[in-house]
Amino acid sequence: MALIQAVQDAFALLLSGDTALWNIIWVSVKTTVLALIIATPLAVGCGYAIASHAFPGRRVLIWLAQVSLSLPTVLIGLLLYLLLSRRGPLGELGWLFSQSGIVAGQVVIALPVLVAFTLAAVQAADVRLAETAITLGASRWRVMLTILHEVRFGVMAAVINGFGRVISEVGCAMMVGGNIAGETRTITTAIALETSKGEFAQGIALGIVLVSIALVINAGLMLLQGDAHAAPAVR
Amino acid sequence: MSMLLTIEGLSKRFGDRLLFDIDRLAIEAGAAYVLTGANGAGKSTLLRVLCGLERAEVRAVSFLNESLSLVPYPRSMRDAIAYVHQHPVMFSSSIADNIAYGLKTRGLPRDEVRSRVDEAIAWAGIGHLRASPPQTLSGGEKQRVALARARVLRPRLLLLDEPTANLDGQAREAVIALIPTLLQSGASVVMACHDRDLIGLPGVRRMKLTEGRLSLR
Repeated sequence: MALIQAVQDAFALLLSGDTALWNIIWVSVKTTVLALIIATPLAVGCGYAIASHAFPGRRVLIWLAQVSLSLPTVLIGLLLYLLLSRRGPLGELGWLFSQSGIVAGQVVIALPVLVAFTLAAVQAADVRLAETAITLGASRWRVMLTILHEVRFGVMAAVINGFGRVISEVGCAMMVGGNIAGETRTITTAIALETSKGEFAQGIALGIVLVSIALVINAGLMLLQGDAHAAPAVR
Repeated sequence: MSMLLTIEGLSKRFGDRLLFDIDRLAIEAGAAYVLTGANGAGKSTLLRVLCGLERAEVRAVSFLNESLSLVPYPRSMRDAIAYVHQHPVMFSSSIADNIAYGLKTRGLPRDEVRSRVDEAIAWAGIGHLRASPPQTLSGGEKQRVALARARVLRPRLLLLDEPTANLDGQAREAVIALIPTLLQSGASVVMACHDRDLIGLPGVRRMKLTEGRLSLR
């Protein structure tokens, strides 16, 4: 019964337009979108380059990208904390306990996800697509754009996964952001804090928002994919 | 007739295996050739070397009376040579966009691209497919789109890799019906094939790749 009451309170809180609550949601969405805007072009370019070129150290890079996928975000937070702390090599930036620090952490967290998914998508593309583009006179740049267009759903899946990993992580945002109310408090750090205080309504309200964001974004991806989901591959 | 392309000392190895070692390959401007040979003789690889998709050892290359190197593959040859894969793939745009792709890479004006694409679609007899998603085309239809995609570039040399392979019935006949008009276009054409109807086309010379050696009949 306590759970039902907490859920009712959560909806009431969301619908009341509580400024503090919506500010937390805004900080989360803003930092996540900004991190993806920074990470996506870099990671997609790297993923494409690794997938489509042979060079010494390629397998090591693939291995590193895959290992990075399983790195605990709290460890990334710790490393960034050391780098951004006042005595750290990047201390002069003044990013510790700021939204910039959170964005930096989210970029580091998103990069391997985006690289690994893009790499897999480009590797799965039919090699004749690139060959056809080349023999039709496309420059390297145009070949890359053509292939990325052909694997766009894989790249979109990479971005969605990156978004999911970044917006749902708590360790790095907590360590680098500091969970400062109205400034660096994100959905996940707020849930952790409110739960520890026994304030379940706000935690559940933020959890509902987190799940809603995931549902909306995945629905958007499915709409963009269109016919790809129209029929089962095997009947 | 003047020479379009001559290559001296052309050899290709895969590891220790020598696939072919050709003393001299000469393609005359405006001439048509069929390239025959057993499966695995290296016909497809030779075409891929000519269009720059594979590297090979070469002593000397002359294209349009200009001495060139094949590494890196020269832009002049890239713009003048079109290649049609044995199993063509389509970009997931539209049929018109597929045919326009090479024209756009060459930076042609939009009006010219449109008129050339329309003409190529009419030539290939694929007007009824214009609204079809390219991925839904049959093998024969894809081959006709690919031929239109190559022909629209008005290449000096057209390389066709088994254009009727794995096609039968009407699909094969529709492709074969296009080939003579390609031969009359003024471009040199080299077709790797086993198809007797293509080998027997009038005015087509026969090159044979046997045990790594190329002979002209």
